[in-house]
Amino acid sequence: MAVPLLDIRDLKVTFRTDDGLVRAVDGVSATLYEGETLGIVGESGSGKSVTMMSVMRLITDPNAKFEGQVLYKGLDLMALPQAEIRSIRGAGISMIFQDPMTSLNPVYKVGWQIEEQIREHEKISKQAARARAIDLLTAVGIPNARERVDAYPHEFSGGMRQRVMIAMAVSCNPDVLIADEPTTALDVTIQAQILNLIKKLRADFGTAVVLITHDMGVVADMADRIAVMYAGRIVEQGTQRDLFYDPQHPYTWGLLGSIARLDRPRPRRLAAIPGLPPSLMRLPEGCAFGERCAHRFEACAQQPPLLDRLGNGHLDACYLTEVQKHARRDRTIHPELVEEKP
Amino acid sequence: MTDNLAADLPVLEEGPEIAAGEVLLRAEHVIKYFPIRSGVLLQREVGRVHAVDDVSFELRAGETLGLVGESGCGKSTLARCIARIYDLTSGSIVFEGKDISGYSRRQLRPVRRELQVVFQDPYASLNPRKRVGAIISDPLRIHRAGNQDQIKKRVQELLELVGLSSEQINRYPHEFSGGQRQRIGVARALALKPKLVIADEPVSALDVSIRAQVINLLDDLQDELGLTYIFIAHDLGVVRHVSDRIAVMYLGKIVEISPAEELYERPVHPYTEALLSAVPVPDPDLSAARKQIVLEGDVPSPISPPSGCRFHPRCRYATEICRTEEPLLQLRGSVGHMAACHHPLSNGATPAAAESVVPSPAD
Repeated sequence: MAVPLLDIRDLKVTFRTDDGLVRAVDGVSATLYEGETLGIVGESGSGKSVTMMSVMRLITDPNAKFEGQVLYKGLDLMALPQAEIRSIRGAGISMIFQDPMTSLNPVYKVGWQIEEQIREHEKISKQAARARAIDLLTAVGIPNARERVDAYPHEFSGGMRQRVMIAMAVSCNPDVLIADEPTTALDVTIQAQILNLIKKLRADFGTAVVLITHDMGVVADMADRIAVMYAGRIVEQGTQRDLFYDPQHPYTWGLLGSIARLDRPRPRRLAAIPGLPPSLMRLPEGCAFGERCAHRFEACAQQPPLLDRLGNGHLDACYLTEVQKHARRDRTIHPELVEEKP
Repeated sequence: MTDNLAADLPVLEEGPEIAAGEVLLRAEHVIKYFPIRSGVLLQREVGRVHAVDDVSFELRAGETLGLVGESGCGKSTLARCIARIYDLTSGSIVFEGKDISGYSRRQLRPVRRELQVVFQDPYASLNPRKRVGAIISDPLRIHRAGNQDQIKKRVQELLELVGLSSEQINRYPHEFSGGQRQRIGVARALALKPKLVIADEPVSALDVSIRAQVINLLDDLQDELGLTYIFIAHDLGVVRHVSDRIAVMYLGKIVEISPAEELYERPVHPYTEALLSAVPVPDPDLSAARKQIVLEGDVPSPISPPSGCRFHPRCRYATEICRTEEPLLQLRGSVGHMAACHHPLSNGATPAAAESVVPSPAD
């Protein structure tokens, strides 16, 4: 098998607080291969953003403690000095965030901000950098790029700002683009535009993408492989088809059941997951999802490891047997459709 | 002794009984413009944001009307006009047979008992310095709905009604999660037994699994209490799940209004069609197979909306008439299905007037 571009090995991130230790990421391992898109799905507090922020070494909180390795082309990013990380950020791995207004500097023209990024990584003249900025803005679909390059961030709409962010992120041809909820703040029609743009860049430049989202619909559209996170751990990981057509973990079932879907008949009630996610300061012994899981049994008192239980590379962290999962899955995801069957 | 006190307090007078299925609320030509002022001393009006521009609809008791549209389409402004949080620029709101659009604050008081709002952000809409008991009992005290014991009992009932425990009455909002806070917001809205609840993006700030819990709660409450809802959301899946009828708004206007299933199966307005096709489907095969209509560009500024049909600059089917003449909301297809379009889609696919349509080169 090819060497992964990005190899996260048993990453743990904890934050020391007055009230105790917060286990934000608790032993996450994941790989990203060239040209592929990895979707990371989970709710607020599941650790999906902290994982990728740690990969970029963007967490500067002195109370944060990191363990594990993040290998990028054989280099351990966790062990690199800040100066070397800076040369990788933007040029090797770049990141876009949910809210483009807070990631752009409001007092500089967008063109200047893109040029600065290019000039940081490459020896290039001001004129050439400006020409590149205009090309990039055109490539991400900003009309009139030649004039808009001299506009300030507030002069753009939300969707256009996200395009500027993407132009900046791909300005140095990175191998990896990490997109953290890139469309969550946008309207659906604009979301469709931005997702199409990411697809186009992926096809044109072969960039590998890590897409962090809470929207199962977005990963169904974009991801090759998917990892589902809950309470700081990956609970299920597999190909897109595995996750949608053969989901193994009751939390994944719960996520799929909670969505009000347009492609299915309307159920009387949504199959909501009861209860709340556990506090990251007081994670329960055993399976973190146990308290909310309808299928819990004695074995769940011990934390289930993430294993390839089916023998096809599809990992899950649940003790139920394959037969039990098969029998219970549909009842959990869409109870009403199952009831109606004779 | 408490019984004596209770006898002295004014009892809540009930509004006129409106049976399920009868018109509870009618919005007629509602217009809300926000002036844009400029200048240091004289504050001249230099323009207007056309937030809601001539919107009319009827709402029947016991039904749920979904309002969808993208940010800036005016759905929240419309809701606030209906609740009379904003004054209307013109038009009227007829609630329980009375035109409340010109009511003063004092006159509005009894109306507010019947018409309550649940807001989007449960972090911002609950006072962080008040205990939950005080937050929920505020409306009861303002409207003098009983003595202290009665109010306390009612608050406990309400907490249980929305799925919280009555022991949590002395906690502060920050001690609750987002979903629980939204439950508190719902309890406060229901305190005075309103007839109409306007829910303005009530689940948008919540995580998927919690969102489903709150939607189910709102559903149950409607069945139990016979509530009428106006449900605003930008998530089309959520709106379809809760609504009986749905109104789609674009730049301050209703462009299509229809029974819920009908709208999703046979959209008539090209904007509705595009909006539906933009929703990601959590099924990879379906997602790959379906044809997505990606709208070009952004929503134009509501300060100077486009002439004619406001959707024409982004519409694939737009022709000359769309640029010049504003389409009116009229009956299309089945009962109660109205759309404002010169080239309505038939069978959810091609426009009925397809011969006259020049496809734009942007496709």
